[in-house]
Amino acid sequence: MTRPEQTVVITGLGATTPLGGDVASTWAALLAGESGVSALETDWAADLPSRIAATLKVEPTEEQVPRVQARRMDRVSQIALVASLEAWADAGFGLGEDNQVDGDRLAVAIGTGIGGMNSLLGNWDIQKERGVRRVSPFTVPMLMANAAASNVGLRLGAKAGVHTAVSACASSNESLGQALTILRSGRADVVLAGGSEACIHPFPMAGFSQMQALSRRNDEPQRASRPWDVDRDGFVLGEGAVSLVLETLEHATARGAKIYGTLAGVGHSADSFDMVQPDPSGAGQASAMRRALADADLTGSDIVHVNAHATSTPAGDTTEAGSIRAAIGEQAVVTGTKSMTGHLLGAAGALESMATVLALRDRVVPPTINLEHPEAGLGIDIAANTTRPLGQGDLAAISNSFGFGGPNIAVLVTNQNVSA
Amino acid sequence: MATTEEILAGVAEIVHEVCNIPVEDVQLDKSFIDDLDADSLAMNEIIYASEDKFGVSIPDEEAKNLKTVGDAVAHIERAMN
Repeated sequence: MTRPEQTVVITGLGATTPLGGDVASTWAALLAGESGVSALETDWAADLPSRIAATLKVEPTEEQVPRVQARRMDRVSQIALVASLEAWADAGFGLGEDNQVDGDRLAVAIGTGIGGMNSLLGNWDIQKERGVRRVSPFTVPMLMANAAASNVGLRLGAKAGVHTAVSACASSNESLGQALTILRSGRADVVLAGGSEACIHPFPMAGFSQMQALSRRNDEPQRASRPWDVDRDGFVLGEGAVSLVLETLEHATARGAKIYGTLAGVGHSADSFDMVQPDPSGAGQASAMRRALADADLTGSDIVHVNAHATSTPAGDTTEAGSIRAAIGEQAVVTGTKSMTGHLLGAAGALESMATVLALRDRVVPPTINLEHPEAGLGIDIAANTTRPLGQGDLAAISNSFGFGGPNIAVLVTNQNVSA
Repeated sequence: MATTEEILAGVAEIVHEVCNIPVEDVQLDKSFIDDLDADSLAMNEIIYASEDKFGVSIPDEEAKNLKTVGDAVAHIERAMN
């Protein structure tokens, strides 16, 4: 006998972002239309064409990441731990002897675009300057892409699996997809899922700059990220980590958990068009959204809100407007929260999916700031510069993430099962 | 020429940095793994940092035999003098 497919709900949230050191401050800043972008005041930034970034608002504390742990973890793992511990506590779970979750029924899925970049480059610098014998023996477990997921798994005692999606800027939406599959299949009762990225370092910034991908609005950092505005000139690199506790409805209900909403479906596609340019037809993006709708047994007209990928690049934003029109229609209130957070790469999907969950819970869409002169003919309803209310009753929304290499991943959430 | 006490104090500083053990708890009879919270990678880091601090070589095949703080201090002392 096959077991019935499980409904999956969201029962915990955690975040450390350019807008705040936790979920509450991040969400408040998103609704207030604040920018997390600032000028990079370090010496190494002086030579770069883009000298702005969205750095963390709050640095991890010694209490969150004790000193000995911190020297064995790259920043990408440290901040994943900060976000995950907040989400874990928010879900009502404890640690160690107070952990109520059976480790064999707990998995972790945390994506990253790049991984432990600072440790990789920092130890290579040490090797060049001081020789092999000075390289940290912790280098490999710090730089490997699955380090963030593994560190969180170790802390929470996850034994059902520890997974790391690596699909550039779609990584953490892919992680949410992995979590949904794991929970529906019955392999676990609880999955801690999310994303982490920490690569504000001269080398990746040079690489993105050489692609002409980054905004060069150095004199006006807070106005640099401006999805769909005619004066947009690239994305702003951001850093941060966001985690969501996902749980079968059965498990959540049995323990009387607070429920933020339902992860109703995930749709995947690949452009198979170009390594870094989106297919201008938007076909792959629209496929991902349609597959998410089919997965959730909904249609485009059911979607009231889209948190778009919208990175503030000239080509990407226009393409996405077209694919949203094609797959969803024109009724959804669309927003681009990267206007405030910058682009967290592998953590972007988790951050924006979290914002989508909170938008449905609070029935309000955060603004797209800096949208002074919208590109003509987009044909979508953008929450330009101010919040927009959502209606009463059942709500469904999509968070889009697209990445270099062509992955498109749409996460569909609803307000079904939300706690009163 | 460094004395045994000076070398012990230097190793204790390293163990404190790597494992967050108070320097006064790092004594000659203590085992790195069993008493001082070092795992295999932390042990490697203690060895490499000791080489750096005292300007000596501790080859990997000899490092394997350094179980206690006293073993390490004796090796460093021999290598320095």
